[in-house]
Amino acid sequence: MHTPVQTKSGALAVAAAPAKRLLPAGATSIVLAAGAIGLALVPLVGTPFYLQLFGKIMIMAIFAISLDLLVGYTGLVSLGHSAYFGLAGYVVALASPKYEAASLLLTLPLAMLAAGAAALVIGFLVLRTSGVYFIMVTLAFAQMLYYLFHDTSLGGGSDGIYLYVKPVLSVGGTELLNLDKPMQFYYFIFALMLAVYFGLRMILRSPFGHALVGIKANEHRMRSLGFQVFWYKLGAFVLAGMLAGMAGYLAACQFGYVSPEILSWHNSGNVLVMLLLGGMGNLYGAIVGAVSFVLVQELFSSEALFGAIAKHWQLAMGIFIVLIVLCLPNGLSGLLNRPAKQAPNEADDD
Amino acid sequence: MEFLIQLLNSIQYGLLLFLLASGLTLVFGIMGVINMAHGSFYMIGAYLAYWLAAKTGSLWLAIPLGLAVVILLGVVLEAVLFRRLYGRDHLQQVLLTFGLILIFEELRSILFGDDVQGVAIPALLDFSIPLTENLSYPVYRLFISGVCLLIAAVMYWLIQKTRLGMMIRAGSSNRRMVQSLGININAIYSLVFAVGLALAAFAGMIAAPSASVYPGMGSQILIICFVVVVIGGIGSIKGALVAALMIGMTDTLGKVFLPDFSGFAVYLLMAVILLWRPQGLFRRA
Repeated sequence: MHTPVQTKSGALAVAAAPAKRLLPAGATSIVLAAGAIGLALVPLVGTPFYLQLFGKIMIMAIFAISLDLLVGYTGLVSLGHSAYFGLAGYVVALASPKYEAASLLLTLPLAMLAAGAAALVIGFLVLRTSGVYFIMVTLAFAQMLYYLFHDTSLGGGSDGIYLYVKPVLSVGGTELLNLDKPMQFYYFIFALMLAVYFGLRMILRSPFGHALVGIKANEHRMRSLGFQVFWYKLGAFVLAGMLAGMAGYLAACQFGYVSPEILSWHNSGNVLVMLLLGGMGNLYGAIVGAVSFVLVQELFSSEALFGAIAKHWQLAMGIFIVLIVLCLPNGLSGLLNRPAKQAPNEADDD
Repeated sequence: MEFLIQLLNSIQYGLLLFLLASGLTLVFGIMGVINMAHGSFYMIGAYLAYWLAAKTGSLWLAIPLGLAVVILLGVVLEAVLFRRLYGRDHLQQVLLTFGLILIFEELRSILFGDDVQGVAIPALLDFSIPLTENLSYPVYRLFISGVCLLIAAVMYWLIQKTRLGMMIRAGSSNRRMVQSLGININAIYSLVFAVGLALAAFAGMIAAPSASVYPGMGSQILIICFVVVVIGGIGSIKGALVAALMIGMTDTLGKVFLPDFSGFAVYLLMAVILLWRPQGLFRRA
């Protein structure tokens, strides 16, 4: 794949073949395929605990992939991505009847559209800013939604709401898929993750995707080439919001409960950490990041390993994050596949 | 009279926000570093005031002691961590300081627990001015406003009128040039960073007796500070003052007139400002 790299002079150079690789070309695909097969086999060998854990990991992977579209490809560092994730979770919880199963065919598109609509409105405002303003403003709008659900009775206030019966997919009275059945739910998440991954790869190979990468590398140049930069960015923002909504929908179904915490900025921060940990701008890094982040979190909070201090796992997590930023700025996938040139820092004046 | 009380409250809240936001905007404007952990220092200040006031028996002793601790911590953090962040992209700055928030928040939980704590108002200021027969206004809140105004004036003087301020302003526009003129820019950065954190911690210390000291207080105020900085224009102290007062008014009036949506009102204000002036009110183009 061609990797555009911004050189010191700001010119857009295309590095055809990375100069330094730890593994031969193609090895990355083999590692990824092995990982995918591993994930597909989890239900056959694992206990329900692992089914739940890896289900959660893949949900977070979808969430992280959606953010990669913004941060890794378009160069928009959003610190409010939990807004769309959380909103979709609330939509499915609110739209489901209390003691019956909701229709998957109805609620999933509804939740994703709601997340997309929120991203459209918020994106219209936040994309007027750039750089560090963008970070702060996306965070502030996500926090606005947090307070909306926390302070008003719209979604049960700070207590949140339960989703007692999970959605089912049935056509003509035949039940095809029931999310209450762990095995079916697991493979549904797995299929959606693959669909999002390959779907986004396709979109990113289209002219639209190339325009986004161009905007990241040099927005001024794209503008002077006649691209309506704002609308491209808004398109990416809405798409990312909808995919985050898909992840939020699945998360709400898995936990059977939504509270304002899913909208909190810790959630937005964590998904950014996953992205940095895995490496951004290649989609699979987001998956690698989600896997390692959730596993590290499980490790630090394991009482079997750390006993009483395990409840202070956030401390270890904080130290871990600081070390990752200092020592591994290109993420784990950056180790596998080193770029020809270190990406120079963005010349951001504001 | 009720209105006067609300007005005084909103000014006091706004000025407190100004102390916090000015530190944030100074560090960003001069060093180009976005510090998410800024709010943590508000929390650290409040907990230091709580702990030291209990140990020494006086808030007046606790404040200078606490400030010394924070300044020391700031100098160490700048030298060990933040110096590596200058010139790196914002994403890495955000994530590193996000990690710091988790560390500070968890250390707080280990050292002080998760309960809400209070700090006594110093005896000297623990009385109220009667306004009408049954309404009165606590003097301590007036004291907070007064101190904040004093600090704003000192900061203005320091940055605009002194030699040190000149070096700071020059350092923010051209780091290399200032360095080649023989000025120790590292020392200036270290100073600005420590002072920025000290301002945040001081806000936490003086707010502690009138509000309470509780977990998560830092994150909550940080996001409001971001709103202040976005509205005022980044790097502008004047903008921070105007925006902080606007937010103070909006929040307090919102609580009175739209209690269910008070958390909402400030963000609405921000949305309007973004539509009108996306670069903030006072940012140089």
